[in-house]
Amino acid sequence: MTPRIMGAVAARVLTQLRHDHRTLAMLLLLPMLLMTLLWWMYDDAALGFDLLGPALLALFPFIIMFLVTSVTTLRERSSGTLERLLAMPTGKVDFLGGYAIAFGVVAMVQSLLAVGLCVLVLDLAIVGPPWVLTVVAVADALLGTALGLFVSAFARTEFQAVQFMPAVVIPQILLCGLFLPRSQLPPVLEVVSGALPLSYAVDAMNSVARSATSDLGGVDPAVWADLGIILAFVVGALVLGAATLRRRTA
Amino acid sequence: MNNNAAIEISDLLVLRSTARAVDHVSFVAPRGQVTGLLGPSGCGKTTLMRSIVGVQIVTSGSVIVLGLPAGHPKLRARIGYVTQAPSVYDDLTVAENLRFFARVLGVSSDEVDRCVESVDLGTHQTRVVNSLSGGQSSRVSLAVALLGEPELLVLDEPTVGLDPVLRRDLWALFHRLADRGTAVLVSSHVMDEAERCDRLLLMRDGALLADDSPGQLLTSTGASDVESAFLAIVEPGGAA
Repeated sequence: MTPRIMGAVAARVLTQLRHDHRTLAMLLLLPMLLMTLLWWMYDDAALGFDLLGPALLALFPFIIMFLVTSVTTLRERSSGTLERLLAMPTGKVDFLGGYAIAFGVVAMVQSLLAVGLCVLVLDLAIVGPPWVLTVVAVADALLGTALGLFVSAFARTEFQAVQFMPAVVIPQILLCGLFLPRSQLPPVLEVVSGALPLSYAVDAMNSVARSATSDLGGVDPAVWADLGIILAFVVGALVLGAATLRRRTA
Repeated sequence: MNNNAAIEISDLLVLRSTARAVDHVSFVAPRGQVTGLLGPSGCGKTTLMRSIVGVQIVTSGSVIVLGLPAGHPKLRARIGYVTQAPSVYDDLTVAENLRFFARVLGVSSDEVDRCVESVDLGTHQTRVVNSLSGGQSSRVSLAVALLGEPELLVLDEPTVGLDPVLRRDLWALFHRLADRGTAVLVSSHVMDEAERCDRLLLMRDGALLADDSPGQLLTSTGASDVESAFLAIVEPGGAA
C-alpha cells in the first residue's frame, strides 16, 4: 500500500468528475429533487414522509455509487488504464482505496445536501442527531462503491454493467424493510433480508430517525452495530473486488 | 546472464485458447538499441510484448527483463509500456493525465513538461484527450511511458496513423533514448519502418523468422528491401 498512489487515484477520480458537469450535477441534485418529490407526494398524509424519508436517504448513495463505480471501473478495465496502473507500482489496495475515498467524499457532500434539505426545509422528523444520517449515508456509498467495483469484473460492456443494477440492487430494495417490515416477511425471506447489507443501512437510518439515547452522543447503540455490519460488508466486497484485479491476464 | 541484455527470452510459449500466440520464441535484445518487432497484424507481436511487460499469462519458457523475471514488482517503475490503443483517461486534459501518472510513479512534476514536449504536444497541455485526434492521443499515451526515464520502453505500434514528419521525429526520439542507454522495443506492421531499427525481429504466426540487423538481413536473403526479405524467408525460392 502506498498512500501517495492512493491519494493520486482519489484526486484523479475527483478531477474526472469535475470535468463532467452533468454527472456532478446529477450526483448532488437528484437526491434533493427526489426527496422533495416524496415530501410533496405525502403533502396531506404528513406521516408518510417521516416513515419513508430515512430509508430513501439510505437508498440514494447506495444505488448511485453502485452505478457510477461499476461503469467507471469497467471503463478503466476496457480502456487499458487499469492494466497500465497495475503494470506500474500501483497496489490493488491503492486502486480500490482511491476509488473509495473519492466516492466517499462525493457521498458526504451528496448526503449533507440531502439531509440538510430534509431536516431544515422539509421538516423530516429526526429524533436522533441528524449528522449520523450523513455517517450512515457515507458507509452506504462505500458499500455501493465496493459492490460496483466487484460486479464490474463480470461485465464486458457498459450496457451489461448497468444491467447489474436490477440484479444486485433491486432485490435488496425489496427486502430491506421499505415495502414491508422485515419481521413480517415470510421466514425464508426474512433470513435472506438479514444477509443483505442494504437492510442494515435502512435499519440504521430508521433508528436514527426514531430513537435517541442520552449517552454515546445521543446515538442509539443499534446504529453503531448496523454501521459495523455495513462496514464489514464493504471490506468483504473490496476483498472480492481486489481478487478481480489481475496483473496478468490471458 | 548478459549484463548488457535488456530482454532475454528463451523458448517462450503462449497459448491463447488453443492457438500458439507465441510459438517457442527465443531472442536477446540489448540495451542502447532500437529493436524493431515486425510482422503482420495478428502474428503475436502484442502477446510477446505483453509477456515482456509481465501482464500476459505465459504457458512455458523464460522471460528475463533487466535481469529480473518479467512481472517482478521491482520492474514496475523501470519499464515504459505503450499499448496499441491509447491507455489514458480521455476525460482528462493532457497535463492532468501526465501529472496523475507522474504521482503514481513518484517522479517529479518537471518530468511532465519534458515528456509532453518530447512527443510534441507542448501546445496541447490543457486540451482534454477526447478532443484530440487519434494520433495525438496515442502520443499522450507515449508521453506517459516516458515518465521517469524507464530503462526499457516497450512500444506497441506507436507510429500508426501519424503523418510522415511526426513519424520521423518519433523515430529520432527513440534513437536519442537508445543513445542514452535505453532499450527500445518497437512493434510495427509496416515493413518500411524496419530500416529505422538497429535490430530486427521478424515474426509470423507466433514464430520468430529472423533476428538480425536490417543490413545483414538484406545481405543474407539477397533482397532489396525488408518486405522482400520477409517473403524470401516465408517462401524460399518463391518471391524476392
